[in-house]
Amino acid sequence: MSDNTRDIIRLSAADLGARIASGAVTSVQATQAHLDRIDAVDGAVHAYLHVAPELALAAAARVDAQIAAGEKLGPLAGVPIAVKDVLVTTDMPSTSGSKILEGYLSPFDATVVKKVREAGLIPLGKTNMDEFAMGSSTEHSAYGPTHNPWALDRIPGGSGGGSAAAVAGYEASIALGSDTGGSIRQPAHVTGTVGVKPTYGAVSRYGAIALASSLDQIGPVSRTVLDSALLQDIIGGHDPRDSTSLRTEWPSMADAARNANVQGLKIGVIKQLQGDGFQAGVLNRFTEALELLVANGAEIVELDAPSFEHAIAAYYLILPAEASSNLAKFDSVRFGLRVNPQGGGTVEDVMSATRDAGFGPEVKRRIILGTYALSAGYYDAYYGSAQKVRTLVQRDFAAAFSQVDVIASPTAPTTAFKLGEKLNDPLAMYLNDIATIPANLAGIPGITLPAGLADEDGLPVGIQFLAPAHEDARLYNVGGALEQLLVAQWGGHLLEQAPDLLELIAAAAEEGAR
Amino acid sequence: MSGISAEQVAHLAQLARIDLSPEEILSLTTELDQIVDSVAKVTAVATPDVPATSHPIPLQNVFRPDVVGETLTLEQALQNAPAHDGSRFKVSAILGEEQ
Repeated sequence: MSDNTRDIIRLSAADLGARIASGAVTSVQATQAHLDRIDAVDGAVHAYLHVAPELALAAAARVDAQIAAGEKLGPLAGVPIAVKDVLVTTDMPSTSGSKILEGYLSPFDATVVKKVREAGLIPLGKTNMDEFAMGSSTEHSAYGPTHNPWALDRIPGGSGGGSAAAVAGYEASIALGSDTGGSIRQPAHVTGTVGVKPTYGAVSRYGAIALASSLDQIGPVSRTVLDSALLQDIIGGHDPRDSTSLRTEWPSMADAARNANVQGLKIGVIKQLQGDGFQAGVLNRFTEALELLVANGAEIVELDAPSFEHAIAAYYLILPAEASSNLAKFDSVRFGLRVNPQGGGTVEDVMSATRDAGFGPEVKRRIILGTYALSAGYYDAYYGSAQKVRTLVQRDFAAAFSQVDVIASPTAPTTAFKLGEKLNDPLAMYLNDIATIPANLAGIPGITLPAGLADEDGLPVGIQFLAPAHEDARLYNVGGALEQLLVAQWGGHLLEQAPDLLELIAAAAEEGAR
Repeated sequence: MSGISAEQVAHLAQLARIDLSPEEILSLTTELDQIVDSVAKVTAVATPDVPATSHPIPLQNVFRPDVVGETLTLEQALQNAPAHDGSRFKVSAILGEEQ
């Protein structure tokens, strides 16, 4: 790998975009540098399910031609981006990590994909994820897990582990993710990257293969707060094709990140999101980050949110209920896999055989759970009650935000665990999302950014901030400010402390050969 | 224990149109029982005075003008079909012998 390649892939998306705009680097060079990196490391990381070199280079050449012709393009024009496989694309397969959609080519682009293409970004490929976004480790992908670039035997988080690993491993400048209960934020936490779940409805869900429609939200995955802000500015806004899309006039998130200042900012800390089950190193970095913010003019307010105790339970009723209904469309008739049972059968037999062969264990588990929660006799007790808990969680947030501007918490209870460690214990896996789920239940925005490394294992730890609905800009403000302070303290971004990925891969190969 | 039986799981699988194997039914019965047990606590706090929330940010009357927009072509609609005859999706028999 040449020094030039090494430099290009390590630039932030904002810096790379600026260099492309100034002509210092071409988009083709930037795209080729990332394709080379993918060649070098993705055999071991497996962040991508599909890479599209020819398409990417052709798109890059078009952007270069536009720039050469003097056209004024946006700040991320020419920058390579990775797209989570939950988002449909016309020119690359979209599987949502499932065998049932293997090879599926959408007749249309997801709105966010259309928007990033229009902004001149270069889609490199589709990233790995837990099947239909059900999971916190990518181990439920039908195509095998993604490996954490910090430690290849560890999970990259999930469901969007592919997008997070691609960005952390310098296999893309920036990426798109989706967050239903933490699928953008938890992977960012365990990979030392930044991830944002915008306000529900702030970013169009059109063309996102639905998991749980009242919880799903598309958002940015990046290495810096400003990069996520620039991407949200591109993908945000009203979309007539998504009836839940908001008509809010959004301020510039990039301006919020650039003008970050926490002087006088009131930060709430929730009692229920930092006690039992949180690893010491995660709590230590969280506490230090808060102290740093206080030293720079922020004020901490202790808050109580009693209903959060029931948030996971409510989530694991609402999500399976909505998922079981959304996934009914995989019926072997209009698209996807078809498996004919031995000896033939009716269309219903074909459907049942197809769904048995095409869905993985976690998807079956949640469909059956959702079918149970929605069945007559149980509906009120389970689904109905879960929706009431949702009201209580919203009330707790409303009470909290009447006293503070933002809420802070650790993003997830632990650092990256080993692949396989929690695979056969669904309940333990579900607990990874304890701090991220409340935001999805309430529809409010959340950001996570690196807070440091845990003392006990040297692995990355994130800190999460939450803001009231429509106040996404507050996240970029507090996130931008904290990032600046921490980067000054560390003398560079946290990812610069990550082990050299090529050396890790060589070591793993040697280990395997022995 | 919430007392989910293997028969119940088999029935749910039938409703959800998933042809689970006996082994899958067995392991799902145990897992579902544990999961339902742990999520059943929502019933304790969901008192009658609390209204249900189905949508995080409620919107009302999301309409658009009643005009024909962009639609898929026949070719696009059929491009991912497991089987089609050029204008329609092809499936096996809708009704079984007993019907």
